[in-house]
Amino acid sequence: MTTIALDRGARHGLSLAWRGILKIRKNPEQLADVTIAPIVFLVMFTYLFGGALAGNTDAYLQMLVPGILVMNILQASMTAGVQLNTDVSKGVFDRFRAMPIARSAPLIGAVLADIVRYVVCILVLLVVATIMGFRVQTGPVELLVAVGLALAFGLCFCWASVFVGMLLKTPQAVQGLMFVLIMPLTFGSNVFVGTSTMPGWLKAWADISPVSLLADTVRGLLNGGPIAGPLTGSLIWMVAAVAVFFPLAMWAYRKRV
Amino acid sequence: MSLAIRAEGLVKHYGETKALDGVDLEVPEGKVVGVLGPNGAGKTTAVRVLATLLRPDAGHATVGGHDVVKNPRAVRSLIGLTGQYASVDEDLSGTENLVLLARLLDFSRAGARAKAAELLEQFELTDAAGRAAKTYSGGMRRRLDLAASLVGNPSVLYLDEPTTGLDPHARNEVWAVVRKLVANGVTVLLTTQYLEEADQLADTITVFDHGRVVAEGRPDELKRRVGGQTLQVRPTSARDLDVVQRILGDLTGTRPTRNDDSGLLTAPVNDPVLLSTLVRKLDEAGITADELALRLPSLDEVFLALTGKREPEGSLA
Repeated sequence: MTTIALDRGARHGLSLAWRGILKIRKNPEQLADVTIAPIVFLVMFTYLFGGALAGNTDAYLQMLVPGILVMNILQASMTAGVQLNTDVSKGVFDRFRAMPIARSAPLIGAVLADIVRYVVCILVLLVVATIMGFRVQTGPVELLVAVGLALAFGLCFCWASVFVGMLLKTPQAVQGLMFVLIMPLTFGSNVFVGTSTMPGWLKAWADISPVSLLADTVRGLLNGGPIAGPLTGSLIWMVAAVAVFFPLAMWAYRKRV
Repeated sequence: MSLAIRAEGLVKHYGETKALDGVDLEVPEGKVVGVLGPNGAGKTTAVRVLATLLRPDAGHATVGGHDVVKNPRAVRSLIGLTGQYASVDEDLSGTENLVLLARLLDFSRAGARAKAAELLEQFELTDAAGRAAKTYSGGMRRRLDLAASLVGNPSVLYLDEPTTGLDPHARNEVWAVVRKLVANGVTVLLTTQYLEEADQLADTITVFDHGRVVAEGRPDELKRRVGGQTLQVRPTSARDLDVVQRILGDLTGTRPTRNDDSGLLTAPVNDPVLLSTLVRKLDEAGITADELALRLPSLDEVFLALTGKREPEGSLA
């Protein structure tokens, strides 16, 4: 009985994920903020500041790509809340909820469809980076682990977005708040510059920020170098994000729908 | 006759606002009950409770014998929901919307495609099947909405303001679809702000105001209960207006309303027999009339009398 219920739940979740993927295919411009924007950052920072910051643009690119990858995933994961809020506001969710399916199926579907977004974002970024001269210094296994970690990072932090998305009234409000949260989180890190020249209070945060720690982990994986320390820190952040935001997101979701 | 929907003492508060303040509602199987009321009367809240989307603060309700709070899943397998709050996905095509819903209702892949094609055909949307729903006209969108609510072959259908914002042509299309469904034995709970819509579709009408039921009955019963009837006479010649006014006044014991522009005289009556008396009197006086009618009050007048308010905005009357 339970197996059948789980089976049905998974199937409904997959059907709803298919909906999310169709929506991405029909509105590829929705991917712009997580594909074009990071590419602009990548090109701009590499060629404008790369020489000044790292001696030459090639060296800077090797440092920047892992960081932009993390920033990209975080931004992609933050759109989950906007999407869910839109569905709820437009009444699409009411139709699902008035059907004999698990209450969590729409949520599972949305999160599963987001994985496709993450993969697209990572692929686009890596292709552009490769064209610009970025090279993975290690091997395919390390690359896969790095991509896997990035996906997991997105899946952990998307619950913060779901929470905000269920809490605020309109998609616009969600978008606005997420932007305000994301900007300092991504820039207040070691993604673009090392933390050594930052003022103490900022350095203290930037050194332990989840974005910095995962960026360091990915750098270690793709460029070679120590990964144990930053990986442990990243995993702690990911577990903490799920521990805090998953229950909050579920609470807000159940309250809202 | 068995009841498809039975609600007793439904209460739902939003802070200080009493969206539902003790609502009783009964919908017999295979019938159309119209819930009529202005914006904020509690119509949509009632539908949301009956569709298991909202828990009532007090009272209880059953749909097809299943309690909406204790056994929502059984209720959900019986109902279809359409209207202002349950909509289709605008980015998806008509086919994709229907296939998705069919898959969620455990149709096989092929079965889902077949069901979608069948419904699109039935609602004359086959030509637009591959287009995104956001490119549909208002009437097409509502038809797709209706089709979407019918994927699971529901025996109870909630139509929450199904024609709000539609032009008269599209409205007629939706009405035709609803009539066809009812002919096939579907029970319908219809909410509307449009008096004409309730009059056209509903077997009985329940009037909501401020979260309460203020009246219920068959459309003609409601009209009779509230306004009584009026006699209307339009003499062929305007020269006869004075005489007819006197005859009508003597007959009804009231002062008839006289409109010199249209040449129409109107007087309230209690006894329908007065119509034949009036015919005789006019005949005796040698007066012919272009128009002579015993008229029930319109639902607009009913609504005004029951709620003490002007009819809601956007009346079709």
